[in-house]
Amino acid sequence: MTAAEATKSNGMKKDIAIYVCLLILAAFQFVIAFQNISSSQMLIRMLVVACAEAALAALFFMHLWTEKRGFLLFVAIFTVFVILGMQFGWTDSSRMVVGAPYSTTEK
Amino acid sequence: MSQVNVPLAGHSTDLTVGPAFSIPTKKLAMWLFIIADTMTFAACLLAYGFLRNGAANWPRPFHSITNVAVMTLILLTSSLTMLFGLRAARAGDKSAAFRWTMVTAALGIVFALLHIREWLALIHEGMTLFQNPWGNGLFGASFFSITGLHLTHVTGGVIALLAVGLRYRAGRYNADDVEVLSLYWHFVDLVWMFVVPLVYLLNLSH
Repeated sequence: MTAAEATKSNGMKKDIAIYVCLLILAAFQFVIAFQNISSSQMLIRMLVVACAEAALAALFFMHLWTEKRGFLLFVAIFTVFVILGMQFGWTDSSRMVVGAPYSTTEK
Repeated sequence: MSQVNVPLAGHSTDLTVGPAFSIPTKKLAMWLFIIADTMTFAACLLAYGFLRNGAANWPRPFHSITNVAVMTLILLTSSLTMLFGLRAARAGDKSAAFRWTMVTAALGIVFALLHIREWLALIHEGMTLFQNPWGNGLFGASFFSITGLHLTHVTGGVIALLAVGLRYRAGRYNADDVEVLSLYWHFVDLVWMFVVPLVYLLNLSH
C-alpha cells in the first residue's frame, strides 16, 4: 500500500467513525422522543443532541477543524451570535399564551 | 501593471492580495452562502417555535417514526458517500469520485421521494396549509414551509451533484469544485438534524 493509499484509508476510517457517532446521536434523539418527560425538557435535550451532531458534521464532515483557526472562529462566532440574537422574540411568543405582563386592567 | 499590484498608501500589500482566511474564493463564497442559509433556516425554525409555544391545541399528527428514521439514515449515509467521493477526487481517482457522487445523488433522490410520499399521505389525511383535522391550522403552514424549504435544498443539491459529477468526469471541474459542493450537501444534512426533533419528534402522538 502506498503512502497516499494509506492516508486515504485512514481518512475513510475516520469518516466512518464520525458517521457512526452521528447515527448514534440521531438514534438518541429518537429515544428522547419516547421518554416520559415534559415538552420543554424534551426540547432542551433534543437541541443539545442536535447541536452536538451539527458540531461533529461541521468540524469533520465539512472540514472546518482543518481550516485556519481564524476562519473557524469567524464562522462559529458569527453564526452563534446571530442565532442568539434571534431569541429576543420568545417573550412575545409567551405573551400570546399568558398575556402581556403588567397589561392587566384588574385593580 | 495590474491593479492588484498597486500598493495602497499606508497599507501593506499583503492585506490586499490573496483570498480571505487563506481559503479558495469559491469555498469562501460557499461558506458565506451556508452562513446566510443558516440564518434563513434558523429564522424559520424560530418562527415555528414561536407559533408552537404560543398557539393552543397544537396538533401531534405523527404516529410512527419509521419514515423519518429511514429518511435520516439515508441523508446521513449520503453525507458519508459524499465524503468518499471527495476523498477519491482528492486522490485523483476520477471514476470512484464520479461513482460516489452519483450514489450520493441517488440517495438524495430517494430521500426526496420519501419526503414527497409523506407529504401526500398528510395531504390525503386532510392537512393543508391553513387547516388540518387534528388542531391548530398553523401547523400545516409551518410544516410545509420548513420541510418544503429543506426539500428544495435537497432537490437543488441533487441537480448540482449530477451536474458537477458529470462535469468532473468530463474534466471540466476539479476536486475543489467537488469539495465546494460537498460543503453544501453536508449543510443540507446538518439542517435536517434540527428539523427532525423540532418538527417531527416533538409532534409525535404517544
